[in-house]
Amino acid sequence: MVFDDRSPIYLQIAEQIKNDIVTGALAEDEQVMSTNQYAAFYRINPATAAKGFAQLVDEGVLYKKRGIGMFVSPNARLLLRTGRQDSFFADVVDPMIREAKAIGVPLKDVVQHIRTYGEA
Amino acid sequence: MTTSTLEDTALSVRTENLSVRFGGVPALDRLDLRLAPGKIHGLLGRNGSGKSTLAATLAGFRRPDEGRVLLGSGDIGAAHEPYENAVATSRVCLIRESGDLVGAAPVRRAIDLAASLRPYWDSELAGNLMDRFEIPLNKKVQKLSRGKKSALGVVLGLASRAPLTIFDESYLGMDVPSRTLFYDALLADYAEVPRTIVLSTHLVSEVSAMLEEVVILDNGRLVTQAPVDTLRGRGASIVGPAAAVDEFTSGFTVLAQERLGGTKSTTVLGDLDPALVTRATAAGLEIGPVGLQELFVHLTAPTGVRA
Repeated sequence: MVFDDRSPIYLQIAEQIKNDIVTGALAEDEQVMSTNQYAAFYRINPATAAKGFAQLVDEGVLYKKRGIGMFVSPNARLLLRTGRQDSFFADVVDPMIREAKAIGVPLKDVVQHIRTYGEA
Repeated sequence: MTTSTLEDTALSVRTENLSVRFGGVPALDRLDLRLAPGKIHGLLGRNGSGKSTLAATLAGFRRPDEGRVLLGSGDIGAAHEPYENAVATSRVCLIRESGDLVGAAPVRRAIDLAASLRPYWDSELAGNLMDRFEIPLNKKVQKLSRGKKSALGVVLGLASRAPLTIFDESYLGMDVPSRTLFYDALLADYAEVPRTIVLSTHLVSEVSAMLEEVVILDNGRLVTQAPVDTLRGRGASIVGPAAAVDEFTSGFTVLAQERLGGTKSTTVLGDLDPALVTRATAAGLEIGPVGLQELFVHLTAPTGVRA
């Protein structure tokens, strides 16, 4: 993963881990890398990695086992999916509709495509 | 081998009204600075901004013309001035690109000398790094290529495990694979033995992810000091019809502006809260983030604005 220099890296780390949980790449109750492993692997400051992880603990996405490490919370996937569902139409569908209107793609074609693609 | 903890040994740095002049011309101009112990600090500035003079003064290589440098830690207490002070300077390791090494001596001797001078020296780490950088032990220092000489400096800096370790552009002579090896070795050893590290560089984008704090110098003065993640996202570019952009940016510190016909792009400093972003979008303006490298360029431009 290449970090974007234009936003705080700890937020990008948190987003990446959330993504891995939503897609199932990280399972619930699975142990995540230690902050030092994470820092070494992505060549970033360990304090930055720790800040990203701490944010996820605050949000209830990860939990700590003292002396062992950090794990994905049992309900993390549901929590994250619900959060993303709330903003799905505003973040994903509405911009698509705006783009379709701007370039003259009829909405009935869009609906047709969604049906075909979704059932394929 | 040391059993000291980070709280005991990592050095904190304070400069008070620090000025250093060369023939009356200030290289450092009344600098007030604090570096927290145990962090990796980036010392950023253009060529001639005073980075090397600051590094040399922190390491006790130079006496301040005015003001002072104070180094402190749990085990030596606060308020040590490094100049001609063995207690403080044995704990500070400055690696410069020139290497400060005796050219006629074999590499092995340079290593032995460092080992005898450095109280926290780790010879196992030194041997391991010499292998990884493929530096020949029996060659004379002056016979090494520029890249190998830089690598030798980096090995001495890492293996000294000094409570304050300063790399002053010391890795510029190394090629990309060697620099990558240096970054990996630095992070791995820092994770094992946290200490205060200063990386002085103008290659901002290459090192920025490894830093926790940055100090930006320009013309011997402090432009800004902040946690690096605070600076990321601190600038914003506003693009749109010139009149609307000017109205929106009137309350901000403007770093740069460009015009193309009726469209204007203005780079500002400051946090844009969601309400402001909504207002800008409603006014037909586009708001984009500004990267750390770009922010650095604006802050140290000849007509730069103070943060």
